[in-house]
Amino acid sequence: MNYGPLVFLGLFLTFASSWIGLTVLPQFQLGGLRTQKIEETGRDFPDAVSGSAAQGREVYRADGCIYCHSQQVRAADFGADVARGWGKRRSVSRDYLYDKPVFLGTMRTGPDLANIGLRQPSVEWHLIHLYNPQITSKGSIMPPHPFLFELRKIGRAPSPDALKLTGEFAPPRGYEVVPKAEAKNLVAYLLSLRVNVALPEAPLGK
Amino acid sequence: MKTPTSSLFRALNPSDAGNTAESKATLAEIDGSCRRPVLFLFTNSLLWLLGGTVLALLASWKMHSPGFLADWPWLTFGRVRPAHLNAMIYGFSSQAAIGVAIWLLCRLGRVPFMQGGIVLAATVFWNLGVTVGIFAILSGNSTSIEWLEMPGYAAYILFIAYALIAVWAVITFRFRREKHLYVSQWYLMAALFWFPWLYSAANMMLVINPVRGTVQAAVNWWFAHNVLGLWFAPIGLGAIYYFIPKVIGRPIHSYSLSVLGFWSLALFYSWAGLHHLIGGPLPAWMITISIVASIMMVIPVVTVAINHHLTMVGHFKQLKYSPTLRFIVFGAMSYTAVSLQGSSMAIRSLNKVTHFTHYTIAHAHLGMYAFFTMTMFGSMYYIVPRLVQREWPSARLISVHFWTTSLGVLLYIVPLSVGGVLQGLAMNDPNVPFLKTVELTKPYLITRSISGMIIAVGHVAFFWNFAWILARRLRPYEPPVAIIAAGLEQEVKAGLAGDI
Repeated sequence: MNYGPLVFLGLFLTFASSWIGLTVLPQFQLGGLRTQKIEETGRDFPDAVSGSAAQGREVYRADGCIYCHSQQVRAADFGADVARGWGKRRSVSRDYLYDKPVFLGTMRTGPDLANIGLRQPSVEWHLIHLYNPQITSKGSIMPPHPFLFELRKIGRAPSPDALKLTGEFAPPRGYEVVPKAEAKNLVAYLLSLRVNVALPEAPLGK
Repeated sequence: MKTPTSSLFRALNPSDAGNTAESKATLAEIDGSCRRPVLFLFTNSLLWLLGGTVLALLASWKMHSPGFLADWPWLTFGRVRPAHLNAMIYGFSSQAAIGVAIWLLCRLGRVPFMQGGIVLAATVFWNLGVTVGIFAILSGNSTSIEWLEMPGYAAYILFIAYALIAVWAVITFRFRREKHLYVSQWYLMAALFWFPWLYSAANMMLVINPVRGTVQAAVNWWFAHNVLGLWFAPIGLGAIYYFIPKVIGRPIHSYSLSVLGFWSLALFYSWAGLHHLIGGPLPAWMITISIVASIMMVIPVVTVAINHHLTMVGHFKQLKYSPTLRFIVFGAMSYTAVSLQGSSMAIRSLNKVTHFTHYTIAHAHLGMYAFFTMTMFGSMYYIVPRLVQREWPSARLISVHFWTTSLGVLLYIVPLSVGGVLQGLAMNDPNVPFLKTVELTKPYLITRSISGMIIAVGHVAFFWNFAWILARRLRPYEPPVAIIAAGLEQEVKAGLAGDI
């Protein structure tokens, strides 16, 4: 009995059903999602990241931050995301309207970053943390990123950008550690990660 | 003319070739046609296995010693980790899978492979694509889309190379002389058909011309889960369905169970991917439907497990003598374990704990390593001597390979799963400072590095044996000595003489 064509038809149909169900239908439902006008500010939400934050997003992509950090807040009754202060409300699809690629992430070796711009707004803290996480968060297993910084001889006057490093982390005498553009852009991107407006589908506190 | 009974029996029994001179001549012709393409695929595959192992050790070490080799952007954790995954998935696993699939399709169809030369060239092309892709990831051009980190230009190369190989596998299948289909052939043909659709659709929708917002996440996990379930798993299962009956010399237990197992896998596995997004910002129906499909996966998994077990029953003694069977049965048992574990991980209350933790990483290695990789090792132990027409040079190296990889992967999975659960429980308690959830995992991360080193020893042992058997082909054939020693020696020495 040659039931090859029948087997092939079955293979086609099972796979086509999942392709349509899990990619094409989501595209129909979410592909046309629009921004929401926020009453209090009169602005559309979300904003596309732009300028140095957009360039910083590329650093986030290139250096694989997603392998340890998620950017999604689960609902208050599912896990401790809201209780930990990782977000004022759960994340919803509209929050990611402009993201290419979307950095939802699947690991929390490090904390969630969906609202890191609200939770830690200090540029200096972020720069020092990126340079060497042990300075700000002793015991962390996040890799240091010295390659985003330049160790250079102090010229006529110290650079205003130079990191304030002390003790064992200080550079040799006469040298300073200055963030490269990538480091500044990455921090600009991190500070842009903030969701503090309610949406019809996602009120604050839930 | 075949009677229906004999044709059904053929469908159950891959070893029912008869031992006539004619069939032996056919087999020699088939193996001759597969020799160069399949050995070339295996060689490249194992080279990527070694490279991927180095990347794995680097990534693992960095996780507990973050200052290690931290000065170079090319070696930062966030690049080495995806480079490891891509080297293993596209470099090692896919090439091993294609090589095994080609040989099985030829053997089961009783037909020599067509156009081995084109496949050789396409394999060079495939490896070029993987190399370009890994280089791109390490140099900072990763897409940061999990399982699809290679940029579009590398994906095009891989797709074209794949098409050139798979087309000839399919044409060879069409020209098969044995018309009756054995269950392995369904799995293999299904995988060869599903993969290009999966790979091209996902690349089109994510890398070449990305869809909007969270639709990307849906496509991403539809792809990443199906590349396991509809590409690696069917080829692994096809190999298991072939080698268990083949080595122990009795037909598969039940034809109906294998039909049920196959179609329920095709239906349910393909819908399971979005359980990776439980708790995430997608509409509830998408996630719920994937949870349902994940739970339904119990049907194909239990079906296949019963079928394999009842085939093996009474023959477990042979595990002692056949390296193929050892690896294959280890893989088959891991398939059952990883699938049932996967179904449980889709239950919301458990997922709340295990999602975002190292538990998932341990689960992934139970699937890709303990099931799939071990199955590929077992297949190679059977196929390579028949292609090279020499015996495996060292039974001791086989032994080292088996014990280091099997115990090594258990040492990887068990502690890391425990660590993952503890990490998840701590993370869900808002009173535990986050840094504590990091610190409590460190002992388990260190254990993982140790297990990685043990596994690496096994990989070197296997590659050594593989290079050695290839080198033996350069010398004229010496028939094996008639004394058959106990233990592993049996298959090593008797492999070519008997059970073809």
